[in-house]
Amino acid sequence: MRFGHLVTLLIVVALVGFGLTFLQSRPLKPVDPPRRQSFDDAQVRRGATLAAIGDCASCHTAPNGPAYAGGVALETPFGVIHGTNITPDPDTGIGRWSFAAFERAMREGTDQAGNRLYPAFPYNHFAKLTDDDLKALYAFVMTRQPVRAQTPENRLRFPYSIRGLVTFWNWLYLDDKPFKPDPRQSDEWSRGAYLVEALAHCGACHTPRTKWGGENSKARFDGGDAEGWWAPPLNGSTPALEPWDAERLTAYLRSWDDRHGGAVGPMAAVTANLAKAPDADVKAIAVYIASHFGQPDVGKKVRLEVLLSRPEPDLGDDAGLARGRDVFKGVCAQCHETGAQVPFTVQNLAQHTSLFAPTPDNVLRVALHGIRTPAGGFGPIMPGFAGSLTPQQLGDLARYLRARFTDLPPWPDPTAAARRLMNQPEGPAPAPAVAPKAWATAQ
Amino acid sequence: MVELKVNGAVRQVDAAPETPLLYVLREDLQLNGAKFGCGLGQCGACTVAIDGAPAFSCLLPVGLLAGREITTVEGLGSPDKPGPLQQAFIDEQAAQCGYCIAGMVMRAHTLLARNPSPTDDEILEHMSPNLCRCGAHMRIVAAIRRASSRKEASRSQRGAL
Amino acid sequence: MTLPDCPALTRRAALAGAGALVVSFSLARSAFAQDQVQPPQNIGREPKSPAPLPGSLKVDPNLDAWIRIGSDDSITLFTGKAELGQGIKTALLQIAAEQLDVDMGRITLVTADTARTVNEGFTAGSHSMQDSGTAILHASAQVREMLLQLASARFAVAAQDLKAQDGKVVAPDGQSVRYGELVVGSELHIPATPNSRLKPLDQRRIMGKPVRRVDIPNKVAGGPAYVQDLRLPGMVHGRVVRPPSPGAKLEAVDAGAVERMPGVLKVARDGDWLAVIAEKEWQAVTAMRALAAATRWSQPTALPEKTRIFETLAGLKADTTTINQKQAPPAAAVHTIEAEYRRNYQLHGSIGPSCAVAQMQDGALTLWTHAQGMFPLRKAVAEMLSLPEDKVRCIHVEGSGCYGHNGADDAAADAALLARAMPGRPVRIQYMREDEHRFEPYGPVMTSRGAVALDGSGRIVDWRYEVRSNTHSTRPPGAGQLLSAQMLEKAFQPGPPQPLPQPEGGGDRNAIPLYDFPSQSIVHHFVPEMPLRVSAMRGLGAYHNVFAIESLMDEAAAAAREDPVAFRLKHLKDARGRDVVQKAAEAFGWSANATRESGRGRGFAFARYKNLGAYAAVAMEVSVDRETGGVRLLRAVAAVDSGEAVNPDGIRNQIEGGIIQSASWSLYEEVQYEPRRILSRDWSTYPILRFPALPRRVEVHIIDRPGQPFLGTGEATQGPAAAAIGNAIADAVGVRCRELPMTAARIKGLIGG
Repeated sequence: MRFGHLVTLLIVVALVGFGLTFLQSRPLKPVDPPRRQSFDDAQVRRGATLAAIGDCASCHTAPNGPAYAGGVALETPFGVIHGTNITPDPDTGIGRWSFAAFERAMREGTDQAGNRLYPAFPYNHFAKLTDDDLKALYAFVMTRQPVRAQTPENRLRFPYSIRGLVTFWNWLYLDDKPFKPDPRQSDEWSRGAYLVEALAHCGACHTPRTKWGGENSKARFDGGDAEGWWAPPLNGSTPALEPWDAERLTAYLRSWDDRHGGAVGPMAAVTANLAKAPDADVKAIAVYIASHFGQPDVGKKVRLEVLLSRPEPDLGDDAGLARGRDVFKGVCAQCHETGAQVPFTVQNLAQHTSLFAPTPDNVLRVALHGIRTPAGGFGPIMPGFAGSLTPQQLGDLARYLRARFTDLPPWPDPTAAARRLMNQPEGPAPAPAVAPKAWATAQ
Repeated sequence: MVELKVNGAVRQVDAAPETPLLYVLREDLQLNGAKFGCGLGQCGACTVAIDGAPAFSCLLPVGLLAGREITTVEGLGSPDKPGPLQQAFIDEQAAQCGYCIAGMVMRAHTLLARNPSPTDDEILEHMSPNLCRCGAHMRIVAAIRRASSRKEASRSQRGAL
Repeated sequence: MTLPDCPALTRRAALAGAGALVVSFSLARSAFAQDQVQPPQNIGREPKSPAPLPGSLKVDPNLDAWIRIGSDDSITLFTGKAELGQGIKTALLQIAAEQLDVDMGRITLVTADTARTVNEGFTAGSHSMQDSGTAILHASAQVREMLLQLASARFAVAAQDLKAQDGKVVAPDGQSVRYGELVVGSELHIPATPNSRLKPLDQRRIMGKPVRRVDIPNKVAGGPAYVQDLRLPGMVHGRVVRPPSPGAKLEAVDAGAVERMPGVLKVARDGDWLAVIAEKEWQAVTAMRALAAATRWSQPTALPEKTRIFETLAGLKADTTTINQKQAPPAAAVHTIEAEYRRNYQLHGSIGPSCAVAQMQDGALTLWTHAQGMFPLRKAVAEMLSLPEDKVRCIHVEGSGCYGHNGADDAAADAALLARAMPGRPVRIQYMREDEHRFEPYGPVMTSRGAVALDGSGRIVDWRYEVRSNTHSTRPPGAGQLLSAQMLEKAFQPGPPQPLPQPEGGGDRNAIPLYDFPSQSIVHHFVPEMPLRVSAMRGLGAYHNVFAIESLMDEAAAAAREDPVAFRLKHLKDARGRDVVQKAAEAFGWSANATRESGRGRGFAFARYKNLGAYAAVAMEVSVDRETGGVRLLRAVAAVDSGEAVNPDGIRNQIEGGIIQSASWSLYEEVQYEPRRILSRDWSTYPILRFPALPRRVEVHIIDRPGQPFLGTGEATQGPAAAAIGNAIADAVGVRCRELPMTAARIKGLIGG
């Protein structure tokens, strides 16, 4: 019901809005694509680093497609939005964008022609970038290989298909005040804060969204959603017990942490990109995020110790849990609990955040569809069990995992979740290739 | 005792329920098709079909398979009377050492059962979990294409995707 | 499975079973001849036999060592080579059937078996067709001639008027006699002569045809095909517990609980060698894991630091030999190119981990194994077990493709040790994936430096090339070459590593370019000390050397501003070499001034394997992602000249497979290690090519040379494919990757921001 009212309101506003010019901005003058020589090499290299931290490639490079040529389909609650071609192709990319046009897009979410961009493009973060960094990013994108590739049309539901409405969103959520370092914090922390807030846009997934699709500033880093995956909280509200500190976060963001494991799903691309960033920047990000996690809570520490040291819990006469144990022992334990030292498995699953999630979806996704590293990459391979285990068996397994490795209440009906996820056509969850040396050190 | 339905026949097997299917197939049922390759679900040499879906038999304990239809490469035909997919592999001479081939045939079988005329990209993606070391890949794809109902599938296509 | 022989049979009985005809003569030969016999060519020593007989007839000239005909018309063909998945059985049967004028189906083929076949050394180095194929070609032709002679006497008709046909000799008047009727005694126990009357080329109906392989139906339909499929009565299963790192010593083991596990028959320990035997295979696996958890090992000596491995190699003492030198009056060099090329450790990576079955009975050991050399293995195992050699019989049974010296010999040694621990019962062992990955002998790390001088006309006037490498063979026959023998209480030490001599070479295989340069110097720095255990891997040094030479040729062509294909032809006189280069270029559609899409490139490379085997040229098209350095293979076109093509489809299969395998090696593969341990222990830590990375097309063009000698083909494209990819990458993005593998990270590093 409420939704209906909102739609009506939106339509009214939209009709009024059509008459108003502020829904659209003036077009900026196209330029001839700048020549590579017009950029300084060092600036381009710095731009490359910033683009990696900003994870630009994730949304602007289609799977197996040419770099930055767009075409990625992003499922949002409002419909499907496509990542655009940001190569300097003059016709289908941004080859004719001046720096002013680039800056306006990054800071205000308005393209060269004056159209509002949808905030799936996190300009609300990029607005805080320094001029120097914006120039470096411009130098970087304008020196990429131009690719002729028309970005597919978005498929948004009415009224979200009206771009102009984003103007209202901007009133609510666009904060273009420049980033101000906190004088009470270290330079490293401030650097991390700048990178996270202005560039890496961690909050885009790890902060819950309001119904208008804005990041809920009252619940910063309380956990959110990324393409249907649970993006866990990056603060003390995390239900998981294994503590994060700057060192472990650095290891994780770099490739692999022996307690927390490595990224899978949408986070895989983020860490794959961070592998290209300088150590100091990754560490700064880790310091900043770790400060949100805060000091490990004593209560959690005790609970974790209990979980890690306790023998197998008594399953009582719960037949479902017993079946789940059989699945775990017969299937999962071949790699996850045998002393077989299978690479890319965590020491103890009680350390893994996903088992503490509010829903079993992340765990089931991986169990159903497996994990895959890019071609030739040193990194995890996990088979999926979508065909070989039944939804009942997977549900039982999820129940057992939750009962054995956590002290949280059971997930509601994991079997139904398994059935639902099984029917979604989905490939293996991506994982980043890992640097062998970093991985060996983390062991 | 565990009861298994393998290639249409119900078999009683004297094996502990936690024994992976692969070992029961090879040792108790004396079936050669499924092979040990890695024991980790990374190579697909052990692939069989369970209720028509591809499965790594090295990671599936027999105790979990009650009532499921297990199909191994022996269930598709025999060396003397190969089934259509096996015949396609023979026609394309799609093997070198052949150790991976039974797993390849089984994974391909589950694709064609679901999608009788897959595109080349669909074949490549579907076959991705299975490894071949000799480099017989092009022929394996040609064999799958030959067994599919795609019209252009023909021997002249061998070597091309 | 049909056993080559059932285990209860003694060697003598086995021989008797092969036919009365054989026993009296060949037994004597077998008993005395083997020690004296040198395997032909491929271990690098000259055969001792003075007669210039073709192929492996040098090893044993007696026709009945190769072909026997029973009174029931059965025809048995013997080869000392083994089927490794390369299709050799089919090709040898084609040759024999052609020359003997029978259907292939009529011939039973016996492959390498110390009790039954000639000692043809290792099945390696692309020698099977050259050695065994040639021997069988001539032996079969001479047997046919003899059958015609015998029939001539019987019919009183001149031999040239008789016809061999479908297992019979037919006279002009229509009367005929079966082969089995003609061979009644020791007729075939005569030495071959150097010259044979081969069946005329225009009458051939089996050789040169793409005959379907005899082994494939079993492989696609679950028939018994591999040593892994052997199931002997009473067979039990063994597994070994390997140390956490090479060289670690077993300090303590508490086997009590493991011995009480269900099905466990025995925990066997000898020094640092630890194993378990159980009734069923999964019980053995479970027990092995439990046993591994109950061990304590000493810190091993440190492994090398991977990031410094090339410095490490450079710092090791080397024996330096100039293997080829050509001097010309000094010419004015306009351009000089100098470059260093590198190759990291790579592994064979069979899909099926190595396996063997052994049985010790009445003091004699029978060993079923997929190792490449039955006779050398027999010697090594006999030494390890302190048995006389005639108490050990090694029978080759196919395994998963090996691509060189992998874990097969070590698994055979483990089976032998397990069989000794449990006499009477056949024991089967198959390695776990991590046993194979961590402990197989790797393809060696290598470096080479080239210095190329060009004159003003774009012609190479001086070529200097130095290659540095460990040995490329640590194979038996020494017991010390067997991994487990090194771990025993009474440990066997590996013999000092030896270089494989020219002309075939080891690390310096194909180090001498086939091009015609007026002045050149080729140097081999042989490094005896091995930072990691290494041995033969498909192509040996040729993989690296051809990659380096053919990359240098492209670098030189670029300096001369010439088309790479034209530049090669300008320096190549060898007519057959020119033919494959031209054929590949033409089929690829190579043209000197082709325009290309950005990020796409094409590359060309050529070599004659060992400068003695098959000629191969490969043209490759790739695209490179400038952002990630990732390479996508688009298409490959190869031309090959293997001499007379016995089975064109077999050649095609080998070449296609060689290109794909080499692409996987060259783009992705390097063993990862750190001082504490080998990190590459499965496919996640040693990734190889998967289906989605395939090129869209692989084309093979065979230049058939009927009547010409067979040229080994199996390894011919490992080097050219690697170099063609490297050259295509350079063409696509303008950077030259000089280190194998050419990973995305390395290429991105060269491209820069």
